Amino acid sequence: MKMNKFWLATAIMAVTASMASAKTLVYCSEGSPEGFDPALYTSGTTFDASARPIYNRLVEFTPGTTQIEPGLAESWDVSADGLEYTFHLRAGVKFHSNDSFTPSRDMNADDVIFSFERQQKEDNPYYTVSGGTWEYFQGMSMPDLIKEIVKVDDLTVKFVLNRPEAPMLANMAMDFASIMSKEYADAMLAAGTPEMLNQAPIGTGPFQFVAYQKDAVIRYAANADYWAGKAAIDDLVFAITPDASVRYQKLQANECQVAPYPNPADIDAMKANADLQMLEQQGLNVGYLAFNTQQPPFDNPEVRRAISMAIDKQAILDVVFQGAGMVAKNPIPPTIWSYNDAVQDYAFDPAAAKAMLEAAGVTDLSMKIWAMPVQRPYNPNARRMAELMQADLANVGVNVEIVSYEWGEYLSLSKATDRDGAVLLGWTGDNGDPDNFLAVLLGCDGVGGSNRAQWCNPEFEDLIQRAKVTSDVAERTALYEEAQVVFKREAPWVTIAHSVVFMPLRKEVTGYVMNPLGGHSFYGVDIAE
Amino acid sequence: MLKFILTRLATFLPTFFGVTLIAFAFIRLLPGDPIIVMAGERGVSPERYQELLHKFNFDKPIWEQYIYYLNSVLHGDLGDSFVTKKPVVEEFFALFPATLELSICAMIFAVVLGLPAGVIAAVNRGKIFDRTLMSAALVGYSMPIFWWALLLIIVVSGKLGLTPVSGRISLMYYFKDPTGFMLWDSLASGQKGAFASALQHLILPTIVLGTIPLAVIARQTRSAMLEVLGEDYIRTARAKGLSPLRINGLHALRNALIPVVTVVGLMVGTLLTGAILTETIFSWPGIGKWMLDSIFRRDYPVVQSGLLLIALIVMAVNLTVDLLYGLINPKIRKR
Repeated sequence: MKMNKFWLATAIMAVTASMASAKTLVYCSEGSPEGFDPALYTSGTTFDASARPIYNRLVEFTPGTTQIEPGLAESWDVSADGLEYTFHLRAGVKFHSNDSFTPSRDMNADDVIFSFERQQKEDNPYYTVSGGTWEYFQGMSMPDLIKEIVKVDDLTVKFVLNRPEAPMLANMAMDFASIMSKEYADAMLAAGTPEMLNQAPIGTGPFQFVAYQKDAVIRYAANADYWAGKAAIDDLVFAITPDASVRYQKLQANECQVAPYPNPADIDAMKANADLQMLEQQGLNVGYLAFNTQQPPFDNPEVRRAISMAIDKQAILDVVFQGAGMVAKNPIPPTIWSYNDAVQDYAFDPAAAKAMLEAAGVTDLSMKIWAMPVQRPYNPNARRMAELMQADLANVGVNVEIVSYEWGEYLSLSKATDRDGAVLLGWTGDNGDPDNFLAVLLGCDGVGGSNRAQWCNPEFEDLIQRAKVTSDVAERTALYEEAQVVFKREAPWVTIAHSVVFMPLRKEVTGYVMNPLGGHSFYGVDIAE
Repeated sequence: MLKFILTRLATFLPTFFGVTLIAFAFIRLLPGDPIIVMAGERGVSPERYQELLHKFNFDKPIWEQYIYYLNSVLHGDLGDSFVTKKPVVEEFFALFPATLELSICAMIFAVVLGLPAGVIAAVNRGKIFDRTLMSAALVGYSMPIFWWALLLIIVVSGKLGLTPVSGRISLMYYFKDPTGFMLWDSLASGQKGAFASALQHLILPTIVLGTIPLAVIARQTRSAMLEVLGEDYIRTARAKGLSPLRINGLHALRNALIPVVTVVGLMVGTLLTGAILTETIFSWPGIGKWMLDSIFRRDYPVVQSGLLLIALIVMAVNLTVDLLYGLINPKIRKR
């Protein structure tokens, strides 16, 4: 006990002493993490606090892009049939240590295999720890995809797949694929505290977890042994601040240096503030209005095109997004590779729309528009958006009734193939791969599920299926570009908007790069003296 | 007195079961199921949905789920959060000290200012002080908390720089194994400036959370005092030539306190649960915000067990208030 107090005092003194001289970056995060094992959770707030500072993955997204670069794997080979991915691991990568654990070896193939098997194999002792449901592993179809993971030698791991899957590499850069320490997991299991893997995380990442006070503060220290070099800042602190106006005040008072998700109403004042800088980027998302293409008259592409032309999207952007958005013409945002900028959107033209509806023999049309009950980055106010559409469509003689349901019901009911009405919804990408938008939202497999337009077009389906099984990026790009042309011609959705994400920082902060996938990471960030 | 306590305790049991039932039913009456809400736009496959239903016992009949819940509660197991996968009790007691500390400070603030204000207003009935005070109380009572908090932050913290914007203590200070009561932790740590920092962080949230109770207590004290001041025994005391201080302070205030104590007791319950807005704005890590988030996420175990714990605490406070009555007013004891 005496010993304990001694250590406590030393630790406190060490922390206070280092706080005085060290470079500390305070990030006013928008919410609390659910835990620190990224594979257990699905929210971006949790990933910001766990996967990005604490862990690495086999491959990583190059900062500021959706491209893949080496991470814990220095290189990789893909077999000609696309069924085998062999990763060559980096040597000499150190795991963090804490009060109860000091690693005895460097990261190796066992850690990689453990990180995935705990999510896949029911006989793995960690499969049920912390009530794990492994939502992302399941959601990305990993259990069906991965046949086995083989240790070739200490620094070589081979993933054998059941079918070729081009987005596999991008999946390996996702947060759920973070590499955990098997040695730590074994030690915690032996100590009878396996949940510590989630509560006192050990990773290989640029920052080491120090402490979390629930709903208040998370503390990290720079990992001095980080394989890519120590971070420029010494201490990273997340000050959990749920209210956007308060985040802005804290930023002004220099109580934090980075504060995400500003109120749209504050953005102009922030831009004018000489102490702040403002970064912006399109979000990895799309907001859309999905027709039910299996129900007349919306089974007729001409009717869908006419409705698209009757809606004034720019007005929606101005009113609903207040400038924090851009008009969408494709089902994928421009930050994703293969975005086809040559596609022409339907111009806003009520007169032509009216004529097209008459030519298609549609008169006195009444339809429902479903408005989501929640705010989303791709649609900050669905009710308002639906009202604007209602007014636009009244001008071409279409009578619109707006309906809404509780969010859970909304998501379930909108899946039905016999659903009455067009649905406002959207999507935020997971891994920056076009397949993650086009196949999930518009593929034939998604009909009755995530494909809210209930749209199954053979020409489109053929293109995206071919793109899924080839790993050649140039070839895939060509296929996806063509798929976007087919999509626009057939108009199963009215594409509405991609959000624009703003990021206010103090002037002194350098090296911060916005991530098109939406997360926040602080490796490479420095504070000018 | 013993009999009084025992009858009070006897009503505790049915209330306890009532609360478990209401807490259990309340969250299930809301539309939407936690699995679909958790999955969001991403959705779950029908097979996976069934699997998860089974895992969380949602495939059982509702009465069976309730029996199961009651059984675990009586065995001291309040369940694990769906979201964080941690025991509800652990989360509750990690956050509760923050709410309690803030509530106590707000209550002290309200009583220390509200009581004298009410007494002075009553004694000076109809004069300018009384009118100003009662108008101020009405404003305080009806002011939107959210607006009031932001106004204070922008003016006091932003423009004047007198207090920190939010949080419980400066990020410089860091305590290992804290009790959660920041004033105590900062004192016990012995770190220079820590206690002052914790106090500074308490000022604005205390004012914001204490404003409504302050207004209520001031008004309640005033009207109770006015009633008592009209009683015969006060006139007698005046006739005897007692000093105004003795009349107002001793004879009148003691009798006027009974309704005031009632209000204070009821306010404690309101403070514990009503701190949601204050906690959200000041990034105060308490149970109000935690409960609110859990309702939105349909985190059944947290909502039902969190409600139960709060209800138990409010019941305990009410019991204490009842006993306090007995101390102040012997008439109630004998009834």
